[in-house]
Amino acid sequence: MAALRSVLIWTGFAAALVGPIAIAATSPLLAWRGPIYIASGFAGIVALALVLAQPLLAGGTLPGLPARPGRRLHRWVGAALVAAVAAHVGGLWLTSAPDVIDALLFESPTPFSAWGVIAMWAVFAAALLAALRGRLRLSPRIWRFGHKALVVVVVIGSVIHALLVEGAMGTVSKAVLCVLVVAATAKVLVDVRR
Amino acid sequence: MVTVLYPIMEFAMLSAHFWYPEQYGKHQDKTGGIPLTKPQATRRAFICAGTTLAGATFIIGASGLLVPAQAQGLAPTPTMRGGANNYLPGASVVSRIGGGGFIMSGTVRRAGDGAPLAGIRIQIWAHTTEGYESDQRSHGATLTGADGAFSLDMPQIIPAFGQAHGHLAYEGDGFKTVFLRPIMANSKDKSLSAHFVLQPV
Repeated sequence: MAALRSVLIWTGFAAALVGPIAIAATSPLLAWRGPIYIASGFAGIVALALVLAQPLLAGGTLPGLPARPGRRLHRWVGAALVAAVAAHVGGLWLTSAPDVIDALLFESPTPFSAWGVIAMWAVFAAALLAALRGRLRLSPRIWRFGHKALVVVVVIGSVIHALLVEGAMGTVSKAVLCVLVVAATAKVLVDVRR
Repeated sequence: MVTVLYPIMEFAMLSAHFWYPEQYGKHQDKTGGIPLTKPQATRRAFICAGTTLAGATFIIGASGLLVPAQAQGLAPTPTMRGGANNYLPGASVVSRIGGGGFIMSGTVRRAGDGAPLAGIRIQIWAHTTEGYESDQRSHGATLTGADGAFSLDMPQIIPAFGQAHGHLAYEGDGFKTVFLRPIMANSKDKSLSAHFVLQPV
């Protein structure tokens, strides 16, 4: 029974990560986009998928992957998330610089841009806080509060950003992924108080 | 699931309204051809953007009442945020951009008395099935007729940077420059309109 549960959870997790990317790969919009624009869009989708993985890794929620090795992986995935966000923004910059500059200056006409930019800075800050953990000498309680607070901003910002964008992602798979991201983050935030 | 998402989206819309209050309601007035710039119009487009149908119906009804009042001293259309992005000045007047199939139309009137302006050159560009906004071939211009109306056949606009939208510009002698960035209510639409009220200089 436990084995079946574990198989189901891992299958669901893998489907939640791969499904939205596979569905986006079939989007008709891709026909009218160049390679850089396509790659930057997918970098954004990958980033959202990694935002789902992060709390599950940190919380040791996935069966067979307890918190200790999970957190080592959490650091690597965090670095990959920073890279994905950078690729997303960088690729969009190459595609249409004025639109990205507007977004970064919070002057964009599209509200989702601001949410994306807020989430981006929160991702960078959360990663920086993790990278400097040893040097900052914060008490574990303070450090955890800071990291968690930034993560909440990341999750809210990126979910709203994704939901408001009309892009390559499928509407349903995007909504499902967003719900899972919020649910996983909420569960781990509540569960992990160590 | 939808019920879970609604509060999130509603929150997003609210915050968008908070950040860009002047941004909403200046596009796609398909009824009177007058860009709606009053606060009520702001509220209308904000609600149309995706919260409640009932609210939208109510506000559209309310904004309809504003149109006659505005005709007295017609206010100039302000430039929209992001309207000038990827603008390539001096697009030539063409009978069609690329292969066509999508209609961009609108009207141009003079601020104050609302008189239709003939022979005004309106430049149009967008991300379409035939190219990026920044591609020269995505740009073209058209002239208004005696009734102040313009219409240009262009390739289908597709969502770019998260939103299906077009760009229009008035730049020339006699009136202040205006850049518009209308949003398509549905990215499958085959047409889009935008209206200019120009301020004489």
